[in-house]
Amino acid sequence: MNQETLLVGLAGVLAAAAPIIFAVVGETLSERAGVINLSMNGTILLTAMSGFAVAYTTDSIFLGFLAGMLIGALVALVVAFASITLKQSQVAIGFVLALTCRDLAYFLGNPFMGVSGPRLQAMPISGLNDIPVLGPLFFRQEMSTYISYLAIFLAWLWIYRTRPGLMLQGIGEKPAAAYIRGANVNLMRYVYTVIGGALIGLAGPTYSLGVRAGWMGTISGLDGIGWIALSITIFGGWNPARAAFGAYLFAFLQWLGLVLQPVLTQVPSQVLQVAPFPLMILTLLLVNIGNTEWVDRTLAAMPESARKFTAKVLRAMRASPPAALGVPFERD
Amino acid sequence: MLKSKAGGFIFQLIAFMLAMVFVSLILLAVGASPLDAYKNMLTGSVGSMRKFAEVLVSFVPLLLVTAGLLITFSAGLWNIGVEGQIVLGAIGSVWVLRQFVDSSLPPALIITLSILGGMVAGAVWASFAGMLKTFGGVNEIFGGLGLNFVSTALTLYLIFGPWKREGVASMSGTEPFPDVFSLPQIPDLRISPYALAIALVAVLIVYFILQGTYFGLKIKAVGKNIRAAYLLGIPTWQYSLYSFLICGALAGVAGALQVTAVYHRLIPSISSGYGYLGLMVAMLVNYQAVWAVPVALLFAALNIGSIQLPIVMKLDSSLSGVLQGVLVLFVLLTEGVRQKFVKKV
Repeated sequence: MNQETLLVGLAGVLAAAAPIIFAVVGETLSERAGVINLSMNGTILLTAMSGFAVAYTTDSIFLGFLAGMLIGALVALVVAFASITLKQSQVAIGFVLALTCRDLAYFLGNPFMGVSGPRLQAMPISGLNDIPVLGPLFFRQEMSTYISYLAIFLAWLWIYRTRPGLMLQGIGEKPAAAYIRGANVNLMRYVYTVIGGALIGLAGPTYSLGVRAGWMGTISGLDGIGWIALSITIFGGWNPARAAFGAYLFAFLQWLGLVLQPVLTQVPSQVLQVAPFPLMILTLLLVNIGNTEWVDRTLAAMPESARKFTAKVLRAMRASPPAALGVPFERD
Repeated sequence: MLKSKAGGFIFQLIAFMLAMVFVSLILLAVGASPLDAYKNMLTGSVGSMRKFAEVLVSFVPLLLVTAGLLITFSAGLWNIGVEGQIVLGAIGSVWVLRQFVDSSLPPALIITLSILGGMVAGAVWASFAGMLKTFGGVNEIFGGLGLNFVSTALTLYLIFGPWKREGVASMSGTEPFPDVFSLPQIPDLRISPYALAIALVAVLIVYFILQGTYFGLKIKAVGKNIRAAYLLGIPTWQYSLYSFLICGALAGVAGALQVTAVYHRLIPSISSGYGYLGLMVAMLVNYQAVWAVPVALLFAALNIGSIQLPIVMKLDSSLSGVLQGVLVLFVLLTEGVRQKFVKKV
């Protein structure tokens, strides 16, 4: 493989990761505030379908993306209303929405199956796209990919470098303390869930108007991506930068599967396509195992030197969810 | 007590009506007549004996999975990996059949072994999610989802690899087994009375475990308050694992029956989404085993009835999924409204 095809391939990885990045950043914001939006898989399919349908009927890609954001926000609003106001199980409501939105996408998308419609074109950034290596890699992408870079950076900046971001960490970790400091916990949860949902809603159109243009119904190959994005959010330890790394890693592994296919002819292509999943489970295990009690006990029983080293390794990989994730907040 | 039950029933009725209104609006939005759609779904599911038999074919795995999930839900666990546990059940049962396909053992024994093989495989697969949860701290939802993808990959690998059909491998699955390895069916109908009986017995057993045994009480204690259960001396992680094993075993039987009673081979989509649908049924019946039978039957009827839609009305058959989902959604929402605004009806 020469350098040029390699660069094109890797640039494709960045583009393929863009929708997953929108989803994981949106989910991270929502979960940081304490709300799990489990509907992601359905939201991505529904917004992919509706984004394409709107862009196709209005001939405006912008309106397609806008429709995706609105629908994503609307689904998230249902999650927020059911879990924050009605205090129902977030997991239950999210799961039901995941299935319902998926089937709704297939049902409503029926007339748009297989039609060819508008799609995003590559938008090289003049001045930057001629830089050797970095230019073709980062700066000859579609608009949505540039926005995905921005989303990672802004979300990271917001959570870790601003006052409202600090408050966001607070309402997910210690809502009672945040409330005493003057935060309207439930209102903020609504806001972040809906904003997160709007971001997740960008993922669908990024597929149907870009990465995998068009709507193909059940064979779109999008069913399942939301669940992957959910595990990447955890892999990312609720940090948008680390989650983005997970998204790129996932897209890279899928690409690698495609590239290796001619070499590994005895392995069916379908198997290579799902190769990242066992890896995902393994990483989830590594990220979480440091939180279990028996590991603490085993560590305590280890000799001093081995313990220090193991504890260090575990701590480096470990990620703890926001303490109040999934827990409703009561004022009294 | 009675009053609160009646109140709950009224709210469920409201939820049902809201769901119908919502789905009717969607149908109107795509320019279809809701009445026609419902009529087609009705005749498509109970319009003839043959169609009703199809409903029962779909009812069997759904009921088995729901029965298993009632146990994990009682233990406070979201066993979303149930989908993969069905798949592994199918793989296990095909594996057993392949071992004995040329043997001289009586077919009835081989079929029994095959179903047991599916049961064990499903339970083993469930134990992975269970161990990831209890020893690895991995939330069962994410562990289960990952394992679902792995199980799909395993199916495809087997179909295209070691268990390839003579000649060319294809998405149509492995080579079908000879007829003698099928569970006997009612003449002219596709439903096997044995499969139906197994599913009904399974839900009875689950009902009995949960209502009438100390074991079931402990599982429910773990589900209600894991900390309190632990302090009461219940080995909580063991009971979590037991509930995974029972659910996986039942899902495995569902998968094995898909092989021995329906498809007679391994196909890529052998679980057909029954795992996820079972989660919805279990939620809709509010984790009560008594209601599992009628609701699973209703959901199966919707599934089969919707097959008519693309043919007769050029509508996508996913309408049944929309209807099922919206129904559960409104039940959850009205239940929330009831708890919030109609305190202690």
